[in-house]
Amino acid sequence: MESRLHAAPEQALKSTVLGEDHRRRGGRMVAFAGYAMPVQYETGILKEHQWTRAHAGAFDVSHMGPAFLDIAGPSDDPEARHAAAAAAIEPLVSGDIAGLKPGQLRYTLLLNEQGGVLDDLMVGRPADPKFHGRLYIVVNAGCKEADFSLIEAAIGDRGRLVRADDGALIALQGPEAADVLTALLPEALDLSFMNFRRLPFEGRQLRVARSGYTGEDGFEILAPAPVAAALWARLLADERVRPIGLGARDSLRLEAGLPLYGHDIDDTVSPIEAGLGFAVSKRRLKTGRMRGAARIARELAEGPSRLRVGLRILEGAPAREGAQILRSDGANVGVVTSGGFSPTLGAPIAMGFVPPAQAASGTRLFVDVRGRRQAAEVTPLPFVPHRYHRGD
Amino acid sequence: MRFSKDHEWVNLDGSEATIGITAYAAGQLGDIVFVDLPAAGKAVKSGDGLAVVESVKAASDVFSPLTGEVTGVNPALADNPETVNDAPEAGGWFVKLKVANPAEFDQLMDRDAYEAFLRTL
Repeated sequence: MESRLHAAPEQALKSTVLGEDHRRRGGRMVAFAGYAMPVQYETGILKEHQWTRAHAGAFDVSHMGPAFLDIAGPSDDPEARHAAAAAAIEPLVSGDIAGLKPGQLRYTLLLNEQGGVLDDLMVGRPADPKFHGRLYIVVNAGCKEADFSLIEAAIGDRGRLVRADDGALIALQGPEAADVLTALLPEALDLSFMNFRRLPFEGRQLRVARSGYTGEDGFEILAPAPVAAALWARLLADERVRPIGLGARDSLRLEAGLPLYGHDIDDTVSPIEAGLGFAVSKRRLKTGRMRGAARIARELAEGPSRLRVGLRILEGAPAREGAQILRSDGANVGVVTSGGFSPTLGAPIAMGFVPPAQAASGTRLFVDVRGRRQAAEVTPLPFVPHRYHRGD
Repeated sequence: MRFSKDHEWVNLDGSEATIGITAYAAGQLGDIVFVDLPAAGKAVKSGDGLAVVESVKAASDVFSPLTGEVTGVNPALADNPETVNDAPEAGGWFVKLKVANPAEFDQLMDRDAYEAFLRTL
């Protein structure tokens, strides 16, 4: 027996501040983006996935790249300071950063000049006017060195980027996440989806965002290193919470239809092809001052040559990344970019790219798994409905 | 029952071998959601790919510890792949093989040797 996913030797891997705790809890550590990370704990991916959908899961995602971008403001006016910070980063990203309200987070895309996606990231504007002129950003683990270099080069001497990846980033996800967190931090209840704020915990400031990567209600919490282990322990002391590894994180995000950078999106894929047009600011596209604006505008007007779609695999084995997608006449029309087994649906699901002619929901296609042709059907995303807390 | 270093087990009854994966292997794979089994009649050499086990996370190859011809596969695994997790060394068997070279069986580890091997991992 030989797994097709090879665990790299753990020497030379970085550990998050919670690494020892994962080992103590039976975490099976694997190499991921240069870090030793738990792929699962003792109960396994399937039970961790189901627990998160039913209760609350705690995920260590400290390998990611949280940072603060501080721009020296032109005045004491909080709005002018935010406008200056937004102007510093907007040339690199697809989204409307100037239009962020205090305390709001936005999912956006770092673009290259061809309109390809260099990374997907969160950008937030602090709630407190005292901190306007600062942006909270969180980028992907595997991209963080390149992203931070790109951002630093773009801002030059207008400001500075302060990394915050020496602490912990902890996601608490699931229908019971809000009850769990508000027992610890009552003010977290006031947050609605895609908002964040500073909240004190044991004498330090957390950044608590109502966001996540599972499709469930939940939070992503940046904790400074000195209080990270205490926060993790307090969350896990609640019987509604179990630690969840990267394996279930992947199956949860796949069911939620959320793209994984480096797999479903990369530097050749445009936001429009990826179905992420909502992350493209219409105001900024109109001005043309966006990397890859010509391609993005053309694809919006004329339609892209390929689209990211969901696929239900109707028979046989899961279709994994790289599996070819075929039309009923056998013509090769695309490729699977993420695939696996959906614990919620009890069936294999996948995402991949196909031409617009094959992208309508209900289109019957085939996937090639180890030379066998298996029926598949284009399915709307998400596979499992989102349950975000959008407020009253 | 004999064992391979790739974590397959074999029972030999006359010239017919029953092959599966060990409890250790099933535990390492985690929750098994699909088993891709060979067609009856397929000829395999020892070391060839015999089956593919799909867990939630990944696909893993199962290699044939013996040379022979597939005479049957476990029909229960089509609808209940989790049988491999529940009873890896009994009801969760994969394949029956008509063995070409019984001497290969004698070269596999017995349980004591396999358990000693596991302690080295």
